[in-house]
Amino acid sequence: MDNFEPKIVAFCCNWCSYAGADLAGTSRMQYAPNIRIIRVMCSGRVSPLFVLKALSIGADGVLILGCHPGDCHYIEGNYKTMRRVPLLKKMLKQLGIEEERVRLEWVSASEGAKFAEVTNNFTQTIKNLGPSSLGPPQQSSKEARHG
Amino acid sequence: MAKLKIALYWAASCGGCEIATLAIHEKILKLAEVADIVFWPVGLDFKYADVEKMADKSVDVCLFNGAIRNEENEHMAHLLRAKSKIMIAYGSCSYEGCIPGLSNFYNRQMTFDRVYIETPSTDNPKKIYPQTKVKVPEGELELPEFYDTVKTLAQTVDVDYFVPGCPPEEKTTWLALEALISGKLPPKGTVISHSVKAVCDECPRKKEEKKIKKFYRPYEIIPEPEKCLLEQGLLCYGIATRGGCGALCPQANMPCTGCYGPVEGAVDQGAHFLSALSSIIDSNDPEEIQRIIDDIPDPAGTFYRYSLPDSLLRRARIK
Repeated sequence: MDNFEPKIVAFCCNWCSYAGADLAGTSRMQYAPNIRIIRVMCSGRVSPLFVLKALSIGADGVLILGCHPGDCHYIEGNYKTMRRVPLLKKMLKQLGIEEERVRLEWVSASEGAKFAEVTNNFTQTIKNLGPSSLGPPQQSSKEARHG
Repeated sequence: MAKLKIALYWAASCGGCEIATLAIHEKILKLAEVADIVFWPVGLDFKYADVEKMADKSVDVCLFNGAIRNEENEHMAHLLRAKSKIMIAYGSCSYEGCIPGLSNFYNRQMTFDRVYIETPSTDNPKKIYPQTKVKVPEGELELPEFYDTVKTLAQTVDVDYFVPGCPPEEKTTWLALEALISGKLPPKGTVISHSVKAVCDECPRKKEEKKIKKFYRPYEIIPEPEKCLLEQGLLCYGIATRGGCGALCPQANMPCTGCYGPVEGAVDQGAHFLSALSSIIDSNDPEEIQRIIDDIPDPAGTFYRYSLPDSLLRRARIK
């Protein structure tokens, strides 16, 4: 599909990555318009539940952006994310979802350029993967029978 | 007071829930005093036609166990819903999908291939699969259609209450029956259990700081008798599972596997367990973290052992 524009949800931590996104914006850096940013207080706040929910209601990819290791405003929130994401990816793979659809990156408040680069790169990855096979959950028994 | 009319049914289940209903022991006599059983295929000789003849809402309570796996399960769920005032999803299969729900990692064709072709004890050189219709000299026979995806009861019909467990503990069953007998019913949608907190709340094991360097499978270690099993590296599901069972498994040196479903307010038990479990991995080094995670051979099957059909994703996507 040539004109596929993926829907991407990006969870950005308030202290680093959201500010990084802000810097990319104020610096007039161009980046793919496919991301929908959701500000969270810490990347450690991003429960695997949020990722599954995003995927289950139609997101083609989920980006989690946090402070670099050692820089967490809450000391170790991003370490929890660092441990969670690989296990989540392993589980998603078993559920038939490409692990590339979820990516964790560290973006500091001064890294506007990195934010733009990560966003562009991830959007391209998802474009190459194509639309997610997950739609909204199947409801009717007819779909359940043949879905 | 007129006697309560109770119907019991099993859909895709192992039969354990039927035994669990009998595990209330002598209280069954008390139940017999106040209730008549009007339908119970496993124990008494009723036909589906008998249920069809009943007036709508003429049954007071239906205890429905088992997941919705095929056309017959779904038909009976709709029929019993129409005939019953109160519909209870009894046991983990009807509540969350449970073990039959694990086939949502596959589809119908994969399940048929495994069952009718690949299993070592199967001899089926002509590759004959079950058909929904088959002609025999006496006429045409019909079998219910086998679905691709296992559903929970609440994904099929309106459900009033849920009784958790694989199977529900005696005291949990009695809690539900007592509420029905006394007429003091909780709000609709209640998961009936003695606890809304996690299994850990009832578990007598000593709990300290949770930091894990290595995960073990139950056969790999003999756990210390008093220390928290999770702290010893066993995948004990207690932190993400509703209590009310009395923490029986951890007290018998076996990690909790999560059969009472999510704690009150949680929606996806697997995601919550994944979150809690990975957070306590004792490393800040990505490579070491990966090594520790590699100790868990089947995260999806472990985290969604009882709840894949009821999870946010409901099933694996098959390419």
